Amino acid sequence: MTDQHSPLHDEHVALGATMTPFAGWLMPLRYSSDIAEHIAVRTAAGLFDLSHMGEIAVHGPDAAAFLDHALVGAISQVKPMRAKYTMICAPDGGIIDDLVVYRVADDELMVVANASNAATVYDELAGRTAGFTVGLRDDSATTALIAVQGPRAAQILRATAGLAEDAAISGGTAFDELRYYACLRMRFEGQPVLVGRTGYTGEDGYEVWIEAERAPVLWRALLAAGEPFGLVPAGLAARDSLRLEAGMPLYGNELDRTTTPFDAGLGRVVALDKPVLVGPPDFVGRAALAARAQAAPERVLVGLVGETRRAARHGYPVLSGPDEGATVVGTVTSGAPSPTLGHPVAMAYVTPDVAAEGTRLAVDVRGRAEPVHVVPLPFYRRPR
Amino acid sequence: MSGQPPTDLQYTAEHEWYAAGAPATVGITDVAADALGDIVYLELPAVGAVVAAGAVVGEIESTKSVSELFSPVSGTVVEVNQAAIDDPAVVNADPYGAGWLLKVDVSGTGALLSATEYAALAAR
Repeated sequence: MTDQHSPLHDEHVALGATMTPFAGWLMPLRYSSDIAEHIAVRTAAGLFDLSHMGEIAVHGPDAAAFLDHALVGAISQVKPMRAKYTMICAPDGGIIDDLVVYRVADDELMVVANASNAATVYDELAGRTAGFTVGLRDDSATTALIAVQGPRAAQILRATAGLAEDAAISGGTAFDELRYYACLRMRFEGQPVLVGRTGYTGEDGYEVWIEAERAPVLWRALLAAGEPFGLVPAGLAARDSLRLEAGMPLYGNELDRTTTPFDAGLGRVVALDKPVLVGPPDFVGRAALAARAQAAPERVLVGLVGETRRAARHGYPVLSGPDEGATVVGTVTSGAPSPTLGHPVAMAYVTPDVAAEGTRLAVDVRGRAEPVHVVPLPFYRRPR
Repeated sequence: MSGQPPTDLQYTAEHEWYAAGAPATVGITDVAADALGDIVYLELPAVGAVVAAGAVVGEIESTKSVSELFSPVSGTVVEVNQAAIDDPAVVNADPYGAGWLLKVDVSGTGALLSATEYAALAAR
C-alpha cells in the first residue's frame, strides 16, 4: 500500500525534509537536525505537521452521553470549548487508543486519535452507538493539523498574518485568555479554524485544525511569523524525544491492547463512578477496569535514568542489577539519549518491588548490562 | 540529501568507507550518517585491538537509533578519532573527512564495493 501524503507534503519536500513512512503516512522525520529541532521547541518554538492524526466528529443530542459510554472518561462533564485526555478501552480493559476529546459545541465533540488507530477507533465508536441519538463523521482525510509548540508559541500565533479573533464564532474565549486544554475558533483569511491549547511536547503550545486545502497557506504564514522568534519546522524524531522527556506515553510503546490505564499509571483517566445519563448502565470496559483498580499491579511504569552513555531502547530487558546472575524485572518501552538532560532516559514496565524511586537496576543494552536508576516521571518539566 | 560517494574510497554494504593506506582509514558514509540523524555517542575499539573484516567493532548512537560499526578490514587498530568521540556531531558534518573513525594496520580486506557499486546499492 502506498503511504498517504499529508496536505503539507510539498512544503516538507521544499524544506528539504527527510521523509519517513509512519502509520500509513509519509511524514517528515526531520528537516535538518533532530537535536536542533528538539532544542528549538524547548527554547523558542517548533512547527509540526500532525495531519496524519485522526479526527472523528461525534454530533447529535446524545454526543457527550455516548462518549461517556464509549470512552473511559466523564466526557459529559467537559464544558464547551474545553478538552480532555482520555482513552477508549476494550471490554477487557485493554487500551485501544489514547485520545484527546474537544467539546467544540454542546452537541458536538471532536475525538483526536493516533494515526495508527484512527480507523479502529472509528469502527469501535460506530459499534457502540446502539441506544444513542448520535452521528459519527470521519474528518481525518479532509482535516490538516498544525502544531506550534514552545515558549514563544503564543507570540507567534499573535503575529501570524491572516489569523484573527472573531468574538462571533470564538465560543466565548479570547486568545489571550485561552487556558491549557481549552480551545477556541478563530479566522484564518476569513475562514474558521479551531485552535486548541494542547500538545505533546511538554511545552506550552497550540494545535490548529484547518481544512486540508487551506493548510499550506497557514503553514507558510506560521513559518514566516515565527522566524523572528526562532521557530523551526520540527519532525517526528523531535516529537518523540520531546514527549519522552515529558513522560508522555506513546501508543504502541507504553500503551497497547494488553495494557490497562492502571498499568500505565493513568488510572486517573478512568471515571469508574461517572453518572449515566443515557444508554447502558456501564461504560465499555468498566467491570474489568473496576476489578483492575482494586488489584495489586503486576507491573508499574517507571522512569529510568542511564548512568552511562549507552541508551536503553524500546524492547530491551530491565535487569535487577548490573552483575552476573541478575534477573529480568521488566522491559523498556521507550528510551533515548535526552537532548535536554544530556544523559539517557527511558520508560519501562517493571515489577512493583523494584519500582521505588532511587532503586538501582540495569538494562541489557545489546548484551551488556548498563546501570540505571528509577526516577519519577516526567524527566523534564517546563519552567513556569 | 546525500551526495555521490567519493570515488577514491571503497565501501561496504553496511555503509562503511575504507581508504587504503598505511595505516588505512575507516569511517561511515553520509548515507549512514543521514539515516542515523544526530550522532551523540560513539563506541570504538581500543588502540591495539585486533579486528576482523565483517565483524562488529563498535556502535554509533543517535537520538533516534543505534547502529553497529562493521570493520571493512582485518588488522590492528592503531588510532581512533578522539575528537569524534568527544564531539560525535563531526561525523554528521564531515563523515569522509574530520569524522573518520579508525586507523588500521591492515592484514586483509573483506568484500569491498567501488563508489559506483556503493552508490547503486545506497540508491535502492
